[in-house]
Amino acid sequence: MLNKQAKLSDNILTDAIEMKPTRDGFGLGSIEAGKKDERVVVLSADLAESVRAEWFQKEFPDRYIEVGVAEQNLATVAAGLANYGKIPFFTSYAAFSPGRNWEQIRTTIALNDVPAKVCGMHAGVQTGPDGATHQMLEDIAIMRAMPNMIVVVPADSEEGRKATFEAAFNGKPTYLRFGREKMPVMTTDDTPFQIGKAYYLWKAEKPDVGIIGCGPLLYEALRAAKALEDEGTSVSVLNSHTVKPLDEETVLELAKTAGALVTVEEHQVIGGLGSAVAEFLAKKHPTPIEFIGMQDEFGQTGTAAQLIKHYKLDSAAIAEATKKVKNRK
Amino acid sequence: MSYITEEKVQELQKKACAVRETTIRSLVASGENGTGGHTAGPLGMADIFTVLYFHTLNHDPKNPDWEERDRLILSNGHITPVRYAAMAHAGYFPVEECLTLRQLGSRLQGHPERTKLPGVETTSGPLGSGLSQAAGIAYAAKMDKKKFFTFCLTSDGEHQEGNTWEGAMFAAKYRLNNLIQIMDRNNIQITGDTEDVMPLEPLDDKYKAFGWHVISIDGHNIEVIADTIEEAKAIQEKPTVIIANTIPGKGVKEIENDYRWHGMPPKKDQEESFIAQLHDACGVNH
Repeated sequence: MLNKQAKLSDNILTDAIEMKPTRDGFGLGSIEAGKKDERVVVLSADLAESVRAEWFQKEFPDRYIEVGVAEQNLATVAAGLANYGKIPFFTSYAAFSPGRNWEQIRTTIALNDVPAKVCGMHAGVQTGPDGATHQMLEDIAIMRAMPNMIVVVPADSEEGRKATFEAAFNGKPTYLRFGREKMPVMTTDDTPFQIGKAYYLWKAEKPDVGIIGCGPLLYEALRAAKALEDEGTSVSVLNSHTVKPLDEETVLELAKTAGALVTVEEHQVIGGLGSAVAEFLAKKHPTPIEFIGMQDEFGQTGTAAQLIKHYKLDSAAIAEATKKVKNRK
Repeated sequence: MSYITEEKVQELQKKACAVRETTIRSLVASGENGTGGHTAGPLGMADIFTVLYFHTLNHDPKNPDWEERDRLILSNGHITPVRYAAMAHAGYFPVEECLTLRQLGSRLQGHPERTKLPGVETTSGPLGSGLSQAAGIAYAAKMDKKKFFTFCLTSDGEHQEGNTWEGAMFAAKYRLNNLIQIMDRNNIQITGDTEDVMPLEPLDDKYKAFGWHVISIDGHNIEVIADTIEEAKAIQEKPTVIIANTIPGKGVKEIENDYRWHGMPPKKDQEESFIAQLHDACGVNH
């Protein structure tokens, strides 16, 4: 059943659920952070409207910096601003930042250890009609491999807002991943959120299988959880929004309680949240896992709904993987 | 009229000699340790580092995080042995520590790291990313109406990197006249002459077209270096690039102008003869 302590939306799993893109959360969170601290600045590489940097720009025109179509410059100017003492959020599509400027982020932000915030928009296959070039599916892998880097994948716009605000004040290089399409707003202002602390969206007393996910696909996991419960399979769904550092304590607890896991992410199964969970559990508590994600292939043009069905990322695929892993126990 | 006295010029020439000597000794020690190092670039930039650390920079070696300090960003991090030598002589850390260059556990990493050694403003080595970082710092300084200058030292070779020109566009757009770039135009890169590997000229016209104030100088003339930086500080509305024509390996005739010395340290049996050459050139008795 839904975890009451998570204080989720009353409209969850109904047609009345509010739909918003997670990038809206960046727009709101950056303004909140900007109001609290004038060191906060936002940079964009010619995509201000699309990445919602325009919202901050309208509020704080003097603290918005346009760098043009130049993602390497985007990262390195931000590194300089952070080096000086500003709190820069730099925004583009994830395919370009951190896709194109990964080495600049590695050297001038992570190794340099300056608190610049990498905000990758239009991540995931649900970027849809733009096609494979714009559907970033390798960003979690490349960012979590980097020492000093925090990696956060908000589940919805509300969580995106909280993650942005919190990242402003964590003093660390941080990657925040956002999506383009409108997605269900499953959490509320009252839902507890803390970077590094996973929490249950759906909790069974004795789960047959644990589902660990990040990002908007968690809503598909909730739909699967409900369908499975109706069929007599009980699951718990853990929102592991912070991929790095992984909330190892909570992941271990779920692995021990359930004895089998499904990981869910809109990312390649190589190197993402599923890999992080598997790497950890292989050492601490070997557990059967099924991995929902892109199976080492690029996406293609289509609607978000068509694509998650085609690539087996939807609730039906999650339910199927759950039954499969349950039988592997 | 010069901004610098003749006595000061002579003092800086001697200081440059000491910086070169420490640079060579640190590279020989690293070579003995089997950890290599770059020689030509550091020797070629010794005069410029000397003017910066002992004349131009508004800084406090005992308080390297002082907020109002001028920032010195080294983009081409591989020439860091000369920066370490200049910093040590300026009082950031003991000169003897230079002999730990590139050794395990040393603060003097093969390429400089901000988190390891106080006074190193940015981690660098991968080419092309220093100018944009310097521009970011200069931009922030303007936001906060700070008076300090940001100096960025670049190589000629790294002007083959796109990131450098992205930074050049940014600095011009935002009229960062508090940013002064000094480019080490020594004409060599790892595999040969820059104009053979990938031609860069005309660098001055390129920078003018990008909206910068451009000054070309002899990068070994202490008086000219010092005066040109003062001129650059007075430029309004534009960033300035000083194209410093230098001789790679300057001071040791076996090294000068030979690209093979880009990434190779002197050997132990060459150390004393190379240093004797430096001493002869600056009139030190030995």
